[in-house]
Amino acid sequence: MPSLPPPSAVPPSSAVPPPAPQQPVEKKFVPSTSHTSPDDVALPRLGLTGTLRWAWRQLTSMRTALFLLLLLAVAAVPGSLFPQRPANPSVVTKYLQDHPGIGPVLDWFKLFNVYSSPWFSAIYLLLFISLIGCVIPRAIAHYKAVRSTPPRTPRRLSRLPEYGTLEIPAASEVTPRQAMQDAAAALKSRGYRVDLRDADGERPSVGAERGFLKEVGNLLFHTSLIGVLVSVALGGLFGYSGQRVLVEGETFVNTLVGYDTFTPGTSFDSNQLEPYSVRLDRFQVTFDRESKAHYGQPLDFNATLTTKSSPTAAEEQQTLKVNDPVALGGTSIYLVGNGYAPVVTVRDGAGNVAFQGPVVAVPTDGAYTSLIVIKAPDAQPDQLGFVGFFLPTALQDEKGVAFGSDPDPFNPQLNLNSFYGDLGLDDGTPKNVFTLDTSGLTQLNGRDLDAGGIVLAPGASYTLPEGKGSISFDGIKRYVALDIHHNPGQLAALVFAVLALAGLVGSLFLTRRRVWVRTGSHPDGRTMVEYGLLARGEDHRLAGEATAIRKALAQRWLAEPSEVAEDSKEAQRSAGRVDATQDGK
Amino acid sequence: MPAINESLALYSERFILLAGIAYAIAFIAFTWDLVQNSKTTRNVLQQSQAAAGGQVRTRETVAAASRTSAASGAGFTEVATGPEGRAERPASRPTGAGAGAGTADDSMRYGSVRRNPARIAVALTALAALIHAAGVVCRGLAAGRVPWGNMYEFCTTGGMVVAVVFLLVLTRRDLRFLGTFVVGLVLVMITAASVAFWTPVGHLVPALQSYWLVIHVSIAVMSSALFTLTFAMSVLQLLQSRREAAGADGRTDRLPFLRLVPSALSLENMAYRINAIAFVGWTLTLMFGSIWAEKAWGRFWGWDTKEVWTFVIWVVYAGYLHARATRGWTGARAAWLSIVGYLCVVFNFTIVNIYFSGLHSYAGVGS
Ligand code: HEM
Repeated sequence: MPSLPPPSAVPPSSAVPPPAPQQPVEKKFVPSTSHTSPDDVALPRLGLTGTLRWAWRQLTSMRTALFLLLLLAVAAVPGSLFPQRPANPSVVTKYLQDHPGIGPVLDWFKLFNVYSSPWFSAIYLLLFISLIGCVIPRAIAHYKAVRSTPPRTPRRLSRLPEYGTLEIPAASEVTPRQAMQDAAAALKSRGYRVDLRDADGERPSVGAERGFLKEVGNLLFHTSLIGVLVSVALGGLFGYSGQRVLVEGETFVNTLVGYDTFTPGTSFDSNQLEPYSVRLDRFQVTFDRESKAHYGQPLDFNATLTTKSSPTAAEEQQTLKVNDPVALGGTSIYLVGNGYAPVVTVRDGAGNVAFQGPVVAVPTDGAYTSLIVIKAPDAQPDQLGFVGFFLPTALQDEKGVAFGSDPDPFNPQLNLNSFYGDLGLDDGTPKNVFTLDTSGLTQLNGRDLDAGGIVLAPGASYTLPEGKGSISFDGIKRYVALDIHHNPGQLAALVFAVLALAGLVGSLFLTRRRVWVRTGSHPDGRTMVEYGLLARGEDHRLAGEATAIRKALAQRWLAEPSEVAEDSKEAQRSAGRVDATQDGK
Repeated sequence: MPAINESLALYSERFILLAGIAYAIAFIAFTWDLVQNSKTTRNVLQQSQAAAGGQVRTRETVAAASRTSAASGAGFTEVATGPEGRAERPASRPTGAGAGAGTADDSMRYGSVRRNPARIAVALTALAALIHAAGVVCRGLAAGRVPWGNMYEFCTTGGMVVAVVFLLVLTRRDLRFLGTFVVGLVLVMITAASVAFWTPVGHLVPALQSYWLVIHVSIAVMSSALFTLTFAMSVLQLLQSRREAAGADGRTDRLPFLRLVPSALSLENMAYRINAIAFVGWTLTLMFGSIWAEKAWGRFWGWDTKEVWTFVIWVVYAGYLHARATRGWTGARAAWLSIVGYLCVVFNFTIVNIYFSGLHSYAGVGS
C-alpha cells in the first residue's frame, strides 16, 4: 500500500470557509435557463419590457430549443404520409377527388403543402430565432472566457472528479516555486493555457485550461445551420427549375417558351436564362438480357446531345446519363425519364393531313406499356381524338387482349380508340395533353363497338368509320424527360453544411478541461504536490488525462507516486477520506 | 458491366444460411449466460438483499448530505461525471451485493470473472459473422458491385455490419449483456431477408449506378448499427433505473438478469458516447444523400418520403443530444428519445422502404 500524504502535507484549508457545495460541478454556458431564475415568477410586475425580456429568455432557453426540435421532427412526418403538391400535384388532385369529405379539411390544414405551410415555417423560424438568441450570448461569453485567465484555484482540489498527489523527495531540491514552473511548462506542452499563481507564496499553484475549440465548434455548428437555411432560402428566391420532354431529333432552346413547365423563384428574372440549345440526337437504352430473374430490367440510359452554349457558339457533343447531369449556361440538365413517342399521321375526312409527328406516350410499367393520347384539332369537319396504349412488344392473352411483354420494340403495336367532335381546346383553358376529355366527343372505335378497336403495327394505317379520316403508324422514336435546374444557393449550402459538420465533430469530441496544481513544503523537506482535473461537459477520458499529466509530472521530478495512479476512482475515494479527516479537525 | 455469377450467388446464400445457424446457437449461448447468471446471483442476492437495501439508503443519505453541507466530501465519490444537472444525481445502483457473481462493471471493462457461456457465445458470434461476411462478399462478387442494392441486400449486409460493429465494440468494452438482443436482431434481419425480401442477384438499375451508393448507404448502415446498440442500452437503462429504484425501496428484484448489466447511469453515458459517433455518421448520411440527390434529380432536398424520415431521425437524435444538456431531461427522458430515434430508423428502413412510394422506391420488393 502506498502511503497517503500526511494531512499536514498540504496546509489545511479548514481555516477558510468551505466552498459552496455546487462549486466544483461547473455550470455550462446555457445563457438563459430562465425557468430557474426566480424573477420569472413575478410576471405581473415586469411591465412591457420586462415581459418581452421574459418571453425572449423563454424562447432562447435550452428547454424551448429542445421542445421546438422535437416539434419539428413531429411536424415533418405528415409530409411523408400525404401526397405533397410541390412534388406530386396530380396525386394530390386525385386524393382530393377520392376523399371529398376529409380532403378539403386536410387541405385547409396545409397537409398537402406541409413544408411551406405557416405552421411548419413557424416552428423552424422560431427554432432559428431561438438559435440566434442562443448563439450570440454564448459567443460573447466564450470570447470573454478565451481572453480571461483560467479560473482561480479551488481551495479543495480533492473534491474535483480527478484528483491525485505526488511528493518530490527532499533530495531532488525542487522548491514549490520551481515545481509550479515545471508543472506550468508540462501543462503548456500538453496544450493548456496556464496561469501561475502565488508563485512566491507558501502554496503556489497553477491554473490551466484547454479545449476552447470545443465551444467554438458548437458555435460554428449552430451558426452554420443558419447559413444552410439562408442558402436554401436564397436558392429558392433566385433559382428556377423547369421540365422539358425532348423527342429524338428535337431541339430545346433555354427560353421561357422552350419549357413544358417552368417554376421560377420569387425573384427570378427571365433575363437570367441563357439561350443555349440542346438537341437530342439519339437515346439508347440497354436492358438486361442475361439474367433470368431480372430479364428486361434497364441497365443503362444514354442520351447523346448536341449542345450550343449560345446561338452563335460552336456545336458540342455531350452524353447525358442518370446520375450524371450536363452543365450548361449556369444550369444543370438531368435525365429523369424516358419513353417511346410513336410517329403518326392523322388525315381528316377531307383527306388533308390534320396531324403528323411523334406523340409522347407515358410508360406505366416495366414493359413500357404506355398510355397515348393523340389530338387532331385541325381535322375537318370534326376534330379527331385518339386514346389508347402503345406496346413495344405486344403479345395476346387467351382472351385476345394485347399486353406488353418487353420494354424493347420487338413487336410494336398501337391500340387505340377513336373519337370525333369537339376536343374542348378552343375555349383557351389549358388542357393536359396526356388526357382526352371525351365529354364533347362521339366514339368511333372501341372494343365494345362494332367497328372494334384500332390495332396498328408500324407502317400500317387504318381508315376511320363514317369517312371521318384515317390514321397511320409511321414509326417510333424515343424521348427523354429532362429536368433543368438553376440553384445559386447550392454551393453555399454545401459550404455551410461542411462547416457545420466540422463544428459538430469539434463540439462532440473535443474536451474542455481545467487542471489545477498546487504545492506546498512538508516540514521534512519534501515538496508535496496535489492536482485536480475538471471537465466541462461530457468527458470520459478525463481519468486518462489525469494519468497522463501525473506521468508527465512524475517524470520531470522523479517524484514518488504517493498512491496508485492507475485507479483514480480509488484516488478520489482516498482523497475524500483525507478531506473528511481535515474537515473533522 | 461484369457478368452475373449465379453460382457464386448460390454460395452466398448457403453462407448466409450457415451464418444463421451459427447465430442461432450464439443466441442460445447468450441467453444461457443471462439465465445462468440470474440463477447464481439470485441466491447471493436473496442473502444480501436486506444489507444491500440498507447500504443503498445509507449512500443516498450521504450523497444528500454532501449536497446540503460541505462538511463531507464523501458524496463526491458517488458522483459520476456527466452533463450539468446529471452530475448531481447519485449513482444509486445497489452495488456491493453479489458483486462477485458476475455483476457488470460500470466502466464496462472486462472483469476477472470468467463467464464461459458468454465466451462461447462471443466465439460463435465471431464465427457466424465471418461466415456471414463471406456470404456478403460472395454476393458482391457475384453481382460485380457493392452488395447493397435492394432490400434483401440491405438486410443481409446491414445484419453483418450490426454483428461486426458489436464485435468491434466488444474488443474494447464488455457489452456482452447486449448479446442476446444484438444477435437476435441479426437473426431477424437475415431471416427477413431470406424469407420476405429474397431477390435473385442482378445488376443495379441506372438510378443506383453511382459511387454515392457506396458512400451514402455504407455510412447509413454503419450509423444504424451503432444506433442499434444504443437503443438496446437505452431500453436496459430504463429497466435498470426502475430496478434501482425498487432496490432502493428494498423491494424484491424482479429482473435478476439485470445484475449482469451496468448501472443505469453508466448505460446512459455509454449510450451517449456511441450516439454521438452515430449522430455524426447520420449527419454524413444526410449530407451525402443530399449531394447524391442533387446529382440524380437536380435538387439536393425535395422532401421525398425517404428524405423526410432521414431528416426526422436526425432531428430526433439532435433532440437527444440537447436533452443530455438540458436540466430535467437527462436520464429516462433522454433514453426515451434515443429509443424513439431508433424506432424511426427501423420505420424508415422497413415501412418506408416497402410501403411508401417516392423517388427512393427501388427496394426491389414485389416488382
Ligand atoms: C436548428 C436547430 C438546432 C439543431 C439542429 C441543434 C443541434 C445540436 C446538436 C446536434 C448539438 C450537439 C452537439 C454539441 O454538443 O455541440 C447541439 C448542442 C447544443 N445546442 Fe443545439 N441545435 C439547434 C438549436 C439550438 C438552439 C435554439 C439552442 C439554444 C437554446 C441550442 C443550444 C445548444 C447547446 C447549449 C448545445 C450544447 C450542449 C452540450 O454542451 O452538450 N441549440 N445542438
